[in-house]
Amino acid sequence: MSCSRRDFMKKSLAGAVSAALPAATGAFLGPRDAGASVGDPKKRWAFLVDTEKCTGCGLCVKACKIENEVPYDAPVTRTWVERYVVTKDGETHIDSPLGGRDGFIDPKVGGKEIDPDNIDKAFFVPKLCNQCDNPPCVQVCPVGATYQTEDGVVLVDREWCIGCGYCIMACPYGVRFFHPVHKTAEKCNFCYHRISQGMESACVQACPFDARKIGDMNDPEDPVAKVIATERVQVLKDEYGTKPRVFYLGLDEKVR
Amino acid sequence: MKNHVLRPLWVAIGLVAVVLVARHFMVPPDFGVHGDSFTYHFYRLGNVQEWKDFPVKYLGQERCARCHDDKAEEHAGAKHAAIECESCHGPGVDHPRTIKKLPVDGSREQCLRCHQALPYPSSQRMALPAIDGEEHRPTRECRMCHNPHRPDRRARR
Repeated sequence: MSCSRRDFMKKSLAGAVSAALPAATGAFLGPRDAGASVGDPKKRWAFLVDTEKCTGCGLCVKACKIENEVPYDAPVTRTWVERYVVTKDGETHIDSPLGGRDGFIDPKVGGKEIDPDNIDKAFFVPKLCNQCDNPPCVQVCPVGATYQTEDGVVLVDREWCIGCGYCIMACPYGVRFFHPVHKTAEKCNFCYHRISQGMESACVQACPFDARKIGDMNDPEDPVAKVIATERVQVLKDEYGTKPRVFYLGLDEKVR
Repeated sequence: MKNHVLRPLWVAIGLVAVVLVARHFMVPPDFGVHGDSFTYHFYRLGNVQEWKDFPVKYLGQERCARCHDDKAEEHAGAKHAAIECESCHGPGVDHPRTIKKLPVDGSREQCLRCHQALPYPSSQRMALPAIDGEEHRPTRECRMCHNPHRPDRRARR
């Protein structure tokens, strides 16, 4: 093939321009906008917890346990509510009796009497599975019994789970536990059976104060996606690099 | 090569073959990588549908209102409107087919979930009307005096 110097220069220039063009047009779009502009059909479930609104009634925990057939009186739960009481001497008292299933009726925190005048701040924090983008629990499963669905929810295959417990150890948030009846690993799955048919998760539906919300991060019109994109949200244990998809509004630094 | 060297080799090859054949029959056909990453998407595809088929228990108050429209209307205009019917009456999935009457939770503890006074500044709890459960009529159920559907009214009994 013959190629004059002039031809070579022309072709290289054309190649460089055509290669740079798509990059330049896409440069002002974030991944979410780019996905939206081409019409991303895939959902990406995300959760929003507003700790300012939570009153610690525990109706979410009760609904979750019944909806997902988690033994009601066993000391395990897929979601739970923690109470934080920070006193003037700088101490933080934390408890979650029965995971907050019956609410917080006792003013004693963890059995300890606390003088109301000594309280600086006190609040409730609901917790559940973060459905991480990089789920460490999935990485460690030796048999492929836990996995991430294409819409971002981490599920456990009860048929396939051998009950080794690696995933329970690997989760930095402690959301996994051993199911006392099925003898397999168990965790919150955002009520996958409900959200995949257009219903809300049981805890979201039960919450009277709108402290819990679920939405699709890939849909720019979704109210939850909007809050995550435009407001100051936080995730738990960001430093682990797990990329949690449960976002918190009004989270305190005392929350671990 | 000598026979005593080859014989264990055949045994080893035979064992591998047995494992491969057994694996072929024991691993379900839909088990594999379903996504872009082996690390996160190595699973049995059929399990996703199994989870989707998990039975729903809480139906939501729109469903309750289809038959109990009078109660729903009363409830919707009251301060307790945000509380789901099923939060007190229990999940409605088998009602009315097998469970004729849902067992309502009218205990003090149910009300005190929100209305037990807790001195928690910076928490929404302080914004709710509250009592000390141990001081305020400790032996009576709240619903003896307060109407849970219309908390601003007295109970009808």
